[in-house]
Amino acid sequence: MIEAAALGRAFKVRGRVVHAVRDLSFRIEAGEFVGCLGPNGAGKSTTIKMLTGILSPTSGRVTVAGLDPTRRRTALARRIGVVFGQRTTLWWDLPLRDSFELIRLLYKVDRKPFRERLDELTTLLDMAGFLTTPVRQLSLGQRMRGDLAAALLHDPAVLVLDEPTIGLDIVSKAGVRDFLRRRNAEYGTTVLLTTHDLGDVERLCRRVLLIDHGRLAFDGTVGELLATVPGETSIEDVVAHLYRNGASPTGEPR
Amino acid sequence: MVRTYALLVWTWTRAAAQYPLSFALMTVGGFVVSGLDIAVIWVIFANTSSLGGFGLTEVMFLYGSAGLAFAIADLLFSNVDRISEHIRAGTLDAMLIRPVSPFVQVAADRFMPHRIGRVAQAAVVLGIALPRLDVPAGRAWMIPVMVVCGIVIFTSVWALGGAVQFLLTDAPEVANAFTYGGGMLTQYPLSVYGDHIVRGVTFILPLAFVNWQPGLYVLGRDDPLGLPHWVRFLSPAAAVALALVAALAWRAGIRRYRSTGS
Repeated sequence: MIEAAALGRAFKVRGRVVHAVRDLSFRIEAGEFVGCLGPNGAGKSTTIKMLTGILSPTSGRVTVAGLDPTRRRTALARRIGVVFGQRTTLWWDLPLRDSFELIRLLYKVDRKPFRERLDELTTLLDMAGFLTTPVRQLSLGQRMRGDLAAALLHDPAVLVLDEPTIGLDIVSKAGVRDFLRRRNAEYGTTVLLTTHDLGDVERLCRRVLLIDHGRLAFDGTVGELLATVPGETSIEDVVAHLYRNGASPTGEPR
Repeated sequence: MVRTYALLVWTWTRAAAQYPLSFALMTVGGFVVSGLDIAVIWVIFANTSSLGGFGLTEVMFLYGSAGLAFAIADLLFSNVDRISEHIRAGTLDAMLIRPVSPFVQVAADRFMPHRIGRVAQAAVVLGIALPRLDVPAGRAWMIPVMVVCGIVIFTSVWALGGAVQFLLTDAPEVANAFTYGGGMLTQYPLSVYGDHIVRGVTFILPLAFVNWQPGLYVLGRDDPLGLPHWVRFLSPAAAVALALVAALAWRAGIRRYRSTGS
Protein backbone atom coordinates (compact mmCIF):
# COMPACT_ATOMS: atom_id res chain seq x y z
CA MET A 1 0.00 0.00 0.00
CA ILE A 2 2.92 2.33 0.80
CA GLU A 3 6.29 1.76 -0.77
CA ALA A 4 9.35 3.93 -0.25
CA ALA A 5 12.63 3.24 -2.04
CA ALA A 6 15.76 5.17 -1.10
CA LEU A 7 13.49 8.10 -0.35
CA GLY A 8 15.25 11.35 0.56
CA ARG A 9 14.55 15.01 1.07
CA ALA A 10 17.24 17.67 1.38
CA PHE A 11 16.68 21.30 2.34
CA LYS A 12 18.97 24.21 1.70
CA VAL A 13 19.30 26.16 4.90
CA ARG A 14 21.42 29.32 4.59
CA GLY A 15 23.53 27.82 1.86
CA ARG A 16 24.06 24.50 3.65
CA VAL A 17 22.36 21.32 2.51
CA VAL A 18 20.52 19.54 5.29
CA HIS A 19 19.24 16.01 4.71
CA ALA A 20 15.98 15.79 6.65
CA VAL A 21 15.35 12.30 5.29
CA ARG A 22 17.79 10.08 3.46
CA ASP A 23 17.80 6.65 1.91
CA LEU A 24 14.54 5.58 3.50
CA SER A 25 13.14 2.29 2.24
CA PHE A 26 10.16 0.41 3.61
CA ARG A 27 6.99 -1.28 2.50
CA ILE A 28 3.62 -1.25 4.21
CA GLU A 29 0.95 -3.76 3.14
CA ALA A 30 -2.77 -3.13 3.00
CA GLY A 31 -4.43 -3.47 6.41
CA GLU A 32 -1.27 -2.95 8.46
CA PHE A 33 -1.16 -0.68 11.51
CA VAL A 34 2.28 0.90 11.65
CA GLY A 35 3.72 3.35 14.16
CA CYS A 36 6.55 5.68 13.23
CA LEU A 37 8.84 6.69 16.10
CA GLY A 38 11.82 8.97 16.29
CA PRO A 39 13.24 11.89 18.24
CA ASN A 40 12.17 15.45 17.45
CA GLY A 41 13.61 16.54 14.12
CA ALA A 42 14.32 12.97 13.01
CA GLY A 43 12.37 13.37 9.79
CA LYS A 44 9.02 11.80 10.67
CA SER A 45 6.89 14.74 9.58
CA THR A 46 8.98 15.26 6.46
CA THR A 47 8.37 11.61 5.56
CA ILE A 48 4.62 11.96 6.16
CA LYS A 49 4.58 15.08 3.97
CA MET A 50 6.32 13.23 1.15
CA LEU A 51 3.86 10.34 1.41
CA THR A 52 0.91 12.72 1.18
CA GLY A 53 2.24 14.83 -1.70
CA ILE A 54 2.78 18.00 0.33
CA LEU A 55 6.55 17.89 -0.16
CA SER A 56 8.28 16.53 -3.23
CA PRO A 57 11.22 14.20 -2.52
CA THR A 58 14.67 15.25 -3.66
CA SER A 59 15.79 11.65 -4.15
CA GLY A 60 14.36 8.16 -4.31
CA ARG A 61 10.82 7.06 -5.03
CA VAL A 62 7.61 6.60 -3.13
CA THR A 63 4.21 5.25 -4.10
CA VAL A 64 1.07 5.31 -2.00
CA ALA A 65 -1.95 3.29 -3.13
CA GLY A 66 -0.04 2.77 -6.37
CA LEU A 67 0.32 6.51 -7.04
CA ASP A 68 3.28 8.89 -7.08
CA PRO A 69 2.22 11.49 -4.46
CA THR A 70 3.91 14.45 -6.15
CA ARG A 71 2.66 13.79 -9.67
CA ARG A 72 -0.78 12.43 -8.78
CA ARG A 73 -1.44 14.46 -5.66
CA THR A 74 -5.11 15.13 -6.27
CA ALA A 75 -5.84 11.54 -7.33
CA LEU A 76 -4.05 10.31 -4.22
CA ALA A 77 -6.00 12.71 -2.02
CA ARG A 78 -9.16 10.72 -2.77
CA ARG A 79 -7.54 7.49 -1.57
CA ILE A 80 -5.95 8.71 1.66
CA GLY A 81 -7.06 10.50 4.79
CA VAL A 82 -4.59 12.75 6.60
CA VAL A 83 -4.67 14.10 10.15
CA PHE A 84 -2.19 16.56 11.63
CA GLY A 85 -2.30 16.53 15.42
CA GLN A 86 -0.52 19.86 15.65
CA ARG A 87 -2.94 21.74 13.47
CA THR A 88 -6.40 21.29 12.13
CA THR A 89 -7.32 20.75 8.50
CA LEU A 90 -10.77 22.13 9.28
CA TRP A 91 -11.91 25.70 8.67
CA TRP A 92 -11.30 27.74 11.78
CA ASP A 93 -14.27 30.09 11.37
CA LEU A 94 -16.89 27.60 10.21
CA PRO A 95 -19.08 25.35 12.35
CA LEU A 96 -17.88 21.75 12.30
CA ARG A 97 -20.90 20.68 10.24
CA ASP A 98 -20.07 23.29 7.54
CA SER A 99 -16.47 22.10 7.48
CA PHE A 100 -17.73 18.59 6.80
CA GLU A 101 -20.04 19.89 4.09
CA LEU A 102 -17.06 21.65 2.43
CA ILE A 103 -15.16 18.39 2.55
CA ARG A 104 -18.09 16.64 0.91
CA LEU A 105 -17.90 19.22 -1.91
CA LEU A 106 -14.12 19.01 -2.25
CA TYR A 107 -14.14 15.22 -2.46
CA LYS A 108 -17.36 15.10 -4.46
CA VAL A 109 -18.93 12.57 -2.09
CA ASP A 110 -22.56 11.82 -2.92
CA ARG A 111 -25.10 12.97 -0.37
CA LYS A 112 -26.36 9.56 0.66
CA PRO A 113 -23.07 7.83 1.52
CA PHE A 114 -21.89 11.11 3.08
CA ARG A 115 -24.97 11.23 5.30
CA GLU A 116 -24.45 7.61 6.37
CA ARG A 117 -20.74 8.02 7.08
CA LEU A 118 -21.27 11.26 8.97
CA ASP A 119 -23.99 9.70 11.11
CA GLU A 120 -21.78 6.73 11.88
CA LEU A 121 -18.74 8.89 12.66
CA THR A 122 -20.87 11.24 14.78
CA THR A 123 -21.92 8.27 16.91
CA LEU A 124 -18.51 6.60 17.09
CA LEU A 125 -16.69 9.84 17.89
CA ASP A 126 -19.51 11.24 20.02
CA MET A 127 -19.67 14.52 18.08
CA ALA A 128 -23.40 15.27 18.28
CA GLY A 129 -22.90 17.86 21.02
CA PHE A 130 -20.63 20.17 19.04
CA LEU A 131 -21.49 19.77 15.35
CA THR A 132 -22.74 23.36 15.14
CA THR A 133 -19.84 24.88 17.10
CA PRO A 134 -17.24 26.87 15.13
CA VAL A 135 -13.97 24.96 15.01
CA ARG A 136 -12.04 27.69 16.83
CA GLN A 137 -14.27 27.18 19.90
CA LEU A 138 -13.75 23.42 20.12
CA SER A 139 -11.57 21.87 22.80
CA LEU A 140 -8.50 20.03 21.55
CA GLY A 141 -10.15 16.67 22.12
CA GLN A 142 -13.27 17.71 20.22
CA ARG A 143 -11.20 19.22 17.42
CA MET A 144 -9.17 16.05 17.07
CA ARG A 145 -12.34 13.98 16.77
CA GLY A 146 -13.57 16.45 14.15
CA ASP A 147 -10.31 16.11 12.25
CA LEU A 148 -10.50 12.31 12.40
CA ALA A 149 -14.04 12.37 11.02
CA ALA A 150 -13.00 14.84 8.30
CA ALA A 151 -10.21 12.50 7.19
CA LEU A 152 -12.61 9.58 6.83
CA LEU A 153 -15.68 11.10 5.17
CA HIS A 154 -14.44 10.06 1.74
CA ASP A 155 -13.77 6.53 2.97
CA PRO A 156 -10.01 6.38 2.26
CA ALA A 157 -8.08 3.12 2.06
CA VAL A 158 -5.10 4.61 3.91
CA LEU A 159 -5.08 6.81 6.98
CA VAL A 160 -1.94 8.82 7.74
CA LEU A 161 -1.76 10.55 11.11
CA ASP A 162 0.97 12.88 12.33
CA GLU A 163 0.90 12.84 16.13
CA PRO A 164 -2.85 12.28 16.48
CA THR A 165 -2.79 11.98 20.27
CA ILE A 166 -0.56 14.96 21.05
CA GLY A 167 -1.87 17.05 23.92
CA LEU A 168 -4.94 14.92 24.56
CA ASP A 169 -6.09 13.96 28.06
CA ILE A 170 -6.17 10.25 28.90
CA VAL A 171 -9.87 9.83 28.21
CA SER A 172 -9.71 11.56 24.81
CA LYS A 173 -6.56 9.63 24.01
CA ALA A 174 -8.24 6.33 24.83
CA GLY A 175 -11.20 7.34 22.65
CA VAL A 176 -8.99 8.15 19.67
CA ARG A 177 -7.00 4.93 20.09
CA ASP A 178 -10.11 2.82 20.36
CA PHE A 179 -11.54 4.48 17.28
CA LEU A 180 -8.37 3.92 15.24
CA ARG A 181 -8.10 0.29 16.31
CA ARG A 182 -11.68 -0.40 15.30
CA ARG A 183 -11.28 1.41 12.01
CA ASN A 184 -8.27 -0.74 11.19
CA ALA A 185 -9.90 -3.98 12.34
CA GLU A 186 -13.38 -3.50 10.89
CA TYR A 187 -12.69 -1.61 7.67
CA GLY A 188 -9.19 -2.92 6.98
CA THR A 189 -7.99 0.67 6.68
CA THR A 190 -4.20 0.83 6.48
CA VAL A 191 -2.95 3.11 9.26
CA LEU A 192 0.40 4.86 9.55
CA LEU A 193 0.88 7.17 12.51
CA THR A 194 3.76 9.09 13.99
CA THR A 195 3.85 9.57 17.72
CA HIS A 196 5.93 10.30 20.77
CA ASP A 197 3.44 8.48 22.93
CA LEU A 198 4.64 4.92 23.46
CA GLY A 199 1.18 4.01 24.74
CA ASP A 200 -0.03 4.51 21.17
CA VAL A 201 2.60 2.07 19.98
CA GLU A 202 1.97 -0.55 22.66
CA ARG A 203 -1.80 -0.50 22.30
CA LEU A 204 -2.13 -0.06 18.56
CA CYS A 205 0.86 -0.82 16.42
CA ARG A 206 1.79 -4.28 15.28
CA ARG A 207 4.84 -2.86 13.59
CA VAL A 208 7.23 -0.03 14.38
CA LEU A 209 9.42 2.09 12.11
CA LEU A 210 12.05 4.03 13.98
CA ILE A 211 13.55 7.00 12.18
CA ASP A 212 16.68 8.67 13.46
CA HIS A 213 18.69 11.40 11.77
CA GLY A 214 16.55 10.96 8.68
CA ARG A 215 17.37 7.26 8.31
CA LEU A 216 15.43 4.13 9.06
CA ALA A 217 16.98 2.78 12.23
CA PHE A 218 14.56 -0.01 13.02
CA ASP A 219 11.73 -1.81 11.27
CA GLY A 220 9.95 -4.66 13.01
CA THR A 221 7.40 -5.71 15.60
CA VAL A 222 7.18 -4.24 19.10
CA GLY A 223 8.61 -7.51 20.46
CA GLU A 224 11.59 -7.30 18.15
CA LEU A 225 12.10 -3.68 19.18
CA LEU A 226 12.26 -4.75 22.83
CA ALA A 227 14.82 -7.41 21.99
CA THR A 228 17.25 -4.93 20.41
CA VAL A 229 18.45 -3.69 23.79
CA PRO A 230 19.33 -6.58 26.11
CA GLY A 231 18.45 -5.98 29.74
CA GLU A 232 15.77 -3.32 29.11
CA THR A 233 12.24 -4.60 29.49
CA SER A 234 9.97 -1.59 29.04
CA ILE A 235 9.40 -0.11 25.63
CA GLU A 236 10.00 3.33 27.10
CA ASP A 237 13.49 2.42 28.30
CA VAL A 238 14.33 0.70 25.03
CA VAL A 239 13.30 3.67 22.92
CA ALA A 240 15.09 6.13 25.23
CA HIS A 241 18.21 3.99 24.95
CA LEU A 242 17.97 3.94 21.17
CA TYR A 243 17.39 7.71 20.93
CA ARG A 244 20.36 8.42 23.18
CA ASN A 245 22.84 5.99 21.76
CA GLY A 246 21.91 6.15 18.15
CA ALA A 247 19.51 3.65 16.83
CA SER A 248 21.54 1.43 14.60
CA PRO A 249 20.77 -2.11 15.70
CA THR A 250 22.18 -3.51 12.48
CA GLY A 251 25.51 -2.03 13.47
CA GLU A 252 25.94 0.08 10.39
CA PRO A 253 27.66 3.41 10.94
CA ARG A 254 25.54 6.57 10.87
CA MET B 1 -12.97 22.89 -11.02
CA VAL B 2 -15.25 25.85 -11.79
CA ARG B 3 -18.04 24.07 -9.97
CA THR B 4 -15.90 23.37 -6.92
CA TYR B 5 -14.79 27.00 -6.89
CA ALA B 6 -18.39 28.20 -7.10
CA LEU B 7 -19.47 25.87 -4.29
CA LEU B 8 -16.62 27.02 -2.04
CA VAL B 9 -17.44 30.65 -2.76
CA TRP B 10 -21.08 29.99 -1.98
CA THR B 11 -20.19 28.48 1.39
CA TRP B 12 -18.16 31.55 2.36
CA THR B 13 -20.87 33.87 1.06
CA ARG B 14 -23.39 32.11 3.29
CA ALA B 15 -20.99 32.50 6.20
CA ALA B 16 -20.68 36.25 5.43
CA ALA B 17 -24.47 36.52 5.18
CA GLN B 18 -24.72 35.68 8.87
CA TYR B 19 -23.54 39.24 9.47
CA PRO B 20 -25.79 41.18 7.06
CA LEU B 21 -25.07 44.65 8.50
CA SER B 22 -21.32 44.18 8.21
CA PHE B 23 -21.76 42.92 4.65
CA ALA B 24 -23.95 45.89 3.68
CA LEU B 25 -21.60 48.46 5.24
CA MET B 26 -18.50 46.98 3.62
CA THR B 27 -20.20 46.77 0.22
CA VAL B 28 -21.34 50.39 0.36
CA GLY B 29 -17.94 51.36 1.76
CA GLY B 30 -16.15 49.76 -1.18
CA PHE B 31 -18.48 51.55 -3.58
CA VAL B 32 -17.92 54.93 -1.93
CA VAL B 33 -14.16 54.63 -1.40
CA SER B 34 -13.53 53.61 -4.99
CA GLY B 35 -15.97 56.35 -5.97
CA LEU B 36 -13.37 58.80 -4.67
CA ASP B 37 -11.17 57.79 -7.62
CA ILE B 38 -13.71 59.19 -10.00
CA ALA B 39 -14.06 62.34 -7.86
CA VAL B 40 -10.32 62.85 -8.38
CA ILE B 41 -10.80 62.58 -12.13
CA TRP B 42 -13.62 65.14 -12.01
CA VAL B 43 -11.43 67.53 -9.98
CA ILE B 44 -8.70 67.19 -12.59
CA PHE B 45 -11.14 67.97 -15.37
CA ALA B 46 -12.47 71.01 -13.50
CA ASN B 47 -9.05 72.51 -14.18
CA THR B 48 -8.20 71.11 -17.58
CA SER B 49 -10.10 69.86 -20.61
CA SER B 50 -7.84 66.93 -21.39
CA LEU B 51 -5.67 64.40 -19.61
CA GLY B 52 -2.85 62.95 -21.68
CA GLY B 53 -4.77 64.00 -24.78
CA PHE B 54 -8.08 62.40 -23.69
CA GLY B 55 -11.38 64.05 -22.74
CA LEU B 56 -13.41 63.38 -19.58
CA THR B 57 -15.73 60.78 -21.12
CA GLU B 58 -12.81 58.94 -22.72
CA VAL B 59 -10.92 58.90 -19.43
CA MET B 60 -14.04 57.62 -17.67
CA PHE B 61 -14.28 54.85 -20.26
CA LEU B 62 -10.64 53.85 -19.72
CA TYR B 63 -11.13 54.05 -15.94
CA GLY B 64 -14.38 52.07 -15.96
CA SER B 65 -13.21 49.28 -18.26
CA ALA B 66 -9.96 48.71 -16.37
CA GLY B 67 -11.75 49.17 -13.04
CA LEU B 68 -14.35 46.57 -13.94
CA ALA B 69 -11.74 44.02 -14.96
CA PHE B 70 -9.67 44.75 -11.86
CA ALA B 71 -12.61 44.64 -9.45
CA ILE B 72 -13.91 41.33 -10.86
CA ALA B 73 -10.43 39.77 -10.68
CA ASP B 74 -10.08 41.21 -7.16
CA LEU B 75 -13.45 39.76 -6.11
CA LEU B 76 -12.83 36.31 -7.56
CA PHE B 77 -9.10 35.66 -7.28
CA SER B 78 -7.17 38.23 -5.27
CA ASN B 79 -7.19 35.99 -2.19
CA VAL B 80 -4.27 34.14 -3.78
CA ASP B 81 -2.12 36.99 -2.46
CA ARG B 82 -2.74 35.48 0.99
CA ILE B 83 -0.65 32.48 0.06
CA SER B 84 2.24 33.54 2.32
CA GLU B 85 -0.20 33.58 5.27
CA HIS B 86 -1.24 30.06 4.36
CA ILE B 87 2.39 28.99 4.08
CA ARG B 88 3.31 30.43 7.47
CA ALA B 89 0.19 29.19 9.26
CA GLY B 90 0.51 25.73 7.72
CA THR B 91 -2.98 25.89 6.19
CA LEU B 92 -1.45 25.27 2.78
CA ASP B 93 -0.59 21.76 3.99
CA ALA B 94 -4.28 21.20 4.64
CA MET B 95 -5.11 22.39 1.11
CA LEU B 96 -2.51 20.12 -0.46
CA ILE B 97 -4.14 17.01 1.00
CA ARG B 98 -7.44 17.86 -0.73
CA PRO B 99 -8.26 16.60 -4.22
CA VAL B 100 -8.65 20.15 -5.57
CA SER B 101 -6.07 22.56 -6.97
CA PRO B 102 -4.61 24.71 -4.18
CA PHE B 103 -5.05 27.75 -6.46
CA VAL B 104 -8.81 27.25 -6.45
CA GLN B 105 -8.81 26.68 -2.69
CA VAL B 106 -6.68 29.72 -1.86
CA ALA B 107 -8.68 31.94 -4.23
CA ALA B 108 -11.98 30.84 -2.68
CA ASP B 109 -10.78 30.74 0.92
CA ARG B 110 -12.53 33.40 3.01
CA PHE B 111 -14.16 34.78 -0.13
CA MET B 112 -15.29 38.38 0.44
CA PRO B 113 -18.59 39.03 -1.29
CA HIS B 114 -18.57 42.69 -0.24
CA ARG B 115 -15.94 43.33 -2.93
CA ILE B 116 -18.92 43.40 -5.28
CA GLY B 117 -19.22 47.07 -4.24
CA ARG B 118 -16.16 47.97 -6.27
CA VAL B 119 -17.42 45.98 -9.25
CA ALA B 120 -20.65 47.98 -9.11
CA GLN B 121 -18.79 51.28 -8.92
CA ALA B 122 -16.68 50.50 -12.00
CA ALA B 123 -19.76 49.26 -13.86
CA VAL B 124 -21.61 52.48 -13.06
CA VAL B 125 -18.72 54.63 -14.37
CA LEU B 126 -18.53 52.56 -17.53
CA GLY B 127 -22.31 52.76 -17.85
CA ILE B 128 -22.17 56.56 -17.66
CA ALA B 129 -19.31 56.87 -20.13
CA LEU B 130 -20.44 54.44 -22.85
CA PRO B 131 -23.66 56.11 -24.10
CA ARG B 132 -21.82 59.46 -24.38
CA LEU B 133 -19.06 58.01 -26.52
CA ASP B 134 -21.23 56.88 -29.42
CA VAL B 135 -18.99 53.88 -30.10
CA PRO B 136 -19.88 52.54 -33.57
CA ALA B 137 -21.39 49.05 -33.49
CA GLY B 138 -18.49 47.75 -35.57
CA ARG B 139 -16.02 48.52 -32.77
CA ALA B 140 -18.16 47.87 -29.70
CA TRP B 141 -17.43 44.13 -29.75
CA MET B 142 -14.02 44.95 -28.35
CA ILE B 143 -15.50 46.18 -25.05
CA PRO B 144 -16.51 42.78 -23.58
CA VAL B 145 -13.35 41.24 -25.07
CA MET B 146 -11.13 43.76 -23.31
CA VAL B 147 -12.90 43.32 -19.99
CA VAL B 148 -12.49 39.54 -20.14
CA CYS B 149 -8.83 39.88 -21.19
CA GLY B 150 -8.35 42.39 -18.38
CA ILE B 151 -9.76 39.92 -15.83
CA VAL B 152 -7.37 37.23 -17.11
CA ILE B 153 -4.40 39.62 -17.05
CA PHE B 154 -5.05 40.89 -13.52
CA THR B 155 -5.72 37.35 -12.26
CA SER B 156 -2.42 36.25 -13.81
CA VAL B 157 -0.62 39.12 -12.08
CA TRP B 158 -2.10 37.94 -8.78
CA ALA B 159 -1.07 34.37 -9.48
CA LEU B 160 2.45 35.52 -10.34
CA GLY B 161 2.52 37.54 -7.13
CA GLY B 162 1.40 34.40 -5.27
CA ALA B 163 4.08 32.29 -6.95
CA VAL B 164 6.75 34.80 -5.91
CA GLN B 165 5.63 34.42 -2.30
CA PHE B 166 6.79 30.81 -2.30
CA LEU B 167 10.27 32.31 -2.47
CA LEU B 168 9.68 35.50 -0.50
CA THR B 169 7.38 34.29 2.24
CA ASP B 170 8.06 37.40 4.27
CA ALA B 171 7.30 39.95 1.59
CA PRO B 172 3.74 39.75 0.28
CA GLU B 173 3.91 43.54 -0.20
CA VAL B 174 6.30 43.08 -3.13
CA ALA B 175 3.51 41.35 -5.02
CA ASN B 176 0.99 44.02 -4.02
CA ALA B 177 3.06 46.66 -5.78
CA PHE B 178 2.26 44.91 -9.04
CA THR B 179 -1.34 43.89 -8.37
CA TYR B 180 -2.81 47.00 -6.74
CA GLY B 181 -0.16 49.15 -8.44
CA GLY B 182 -1.24 47.73 -11.80
CA GLY B 183 -4.86 48.42 -10.95
CA MET B 184 -4.08 52.06 -10.19
CA LEU B 185 -1.85 52.51 -13.22
CA THR B 186 -4.52 51.43 -15.70
CA GLN B 187 -7.02 53.95 -14.30
CA TYR B 188 -5.55 56.74 -16.40
CA PRO B 189 -4.57 56.99 -20.08
CA LEU B 190 -1.06 55.57 -20.32
CA SER B 191 -0.02 58.68 -22.25
CA VAL B 192 0.20 60.55 -18.93
CA TYR B 193 3.10 58.31 -17.89
CA GLY B 194 6.69 58.31 -19.11
CA ASP B 195 7.86 56.27 -22.09
CA HIS B 196 9.70 53.77 -19.91
CA ILE B 197 6.61 52.87 -17.93
CA VAL B 198 4.50 52.48 -21.06
CA ARG B 199 7.11 50.27 -22.67
CA GLY B 200 7.35 48.22 -19.48
CA VAL B 201 3.61 47.63 -19.27
CA THR B 202 3.42 46.85 -23.00
CA PHE B 203 6.31 44.46 -23.47
CA ILE B 204 7.10 43.11 -19.99
CA LEU B 205 4.03 43.03 -17.76
CA PRO B 206 1.32 43.52 -20.39
CA LEU B 207 -1.02 45.80 -18.44
CA ALA B 208 -1.31 48.04 -21.53
CA PHE B 209 -3.54 45.31 -23.00
CA VAL B 210 -6.10 45.58 -20.21
CA ASN B 211 -7.66 48.80 -21.46
CA TRP B 212 -5.09 50.99 -23.22
CA GLN B 213 -4.46 49.29 -26.55
CA PRO B 214 -7.98 47.85 -27.01
CA GLY B 215 -9.39 51.11 -25.63
CA LEU B 216 -7.63 53.08 -28.37
CA TYR B 217 -9.43 50.86 -30.87
CA VAL B 218 -12.82 51.36 -29.24
CA LEU B 219 -12.26 55.14 -29.07
CA GLY B 220 -10.93 55.23 -32.66
CA ARG B 221 -7.74 56.98 -31.56
CA ASP B 222 -4.19 56.71 -32.83
CA ASP B 223 -1.57 55.53 -30.36
CA PRO B 224 0.05 58.70 -29.00
CA LEU B 225 3.21 56.66 -28.58
CA GLY B 226 3.22 55.45 -32.17
CA LEU B 227 2.81 51.66 -31.92
CA PRO B 228 1.30 50.07 -35.05
CA HIS B 229 -2.44 49.68 -35.40
CA TRP B 230 -2.51 45.88 -35.15
CA VAL B 231 -1.05 45.93 -31.63
CA ARG B 232 -4.45 46.93 -30.29
CA PHE B 233 -5.86 43.51 -31.24
CA LEU B 234 -3.27 41.63 -29.22
CA SER B 235 -5.08 41.65 -25.85
CA PRO B 236 -6.27 38.01 -26.06
CA ALA B 237 -2.77 36.86 -27.03
CA ALA B 238 -1.21 38.88 -24.22
CA ALA B 239 -3.76 37.52 -21.73
CA VAL B 240 -3.18 33.89 -22.74
CA ALA B 241 0.61 34.29 -22.73
CA LEU B 242 0.62 35.89 -19.28
CA ALA B 243 -1.80 33.29 -17.91
CA LEU B 244 0.52 30.54 -19.18
CA VAL B 245 3.56 32.11 -17.52
CA ALA B 246 1.58 32.57 -14.31
CA ALA B 247 0.38 28.95 -14.33
CA LEU B 248 3.93 27.66 -14.80
CA ALA B 249 5.26 29.93 -12.05
CA TRP B 250 2.51 28.84 -9.67
CA ARG B 251 3.21 25.20 -10.39
CA ALA B 252 6.92 25.73 -9.82
CA GLY B 253 6.07 27.43 -6.53
CA ILE B 254 4.00 24.46 -5.35
CA ARG B 255 6.82 22.09 -6.33
CA ARG B 256 9.32 24.16 -4.40
CA TYR B 257 7.09 24.39 -1.36
CA ARG B 258 9.01 23.47 1.77
CA SER B 259 6.21 23.42 4.32
CA THR B 260 6.91 24.40 7.91
CA GLY B 261 8.43 22.38 10.74
CA SER B 262 6.43 19.73 12.61
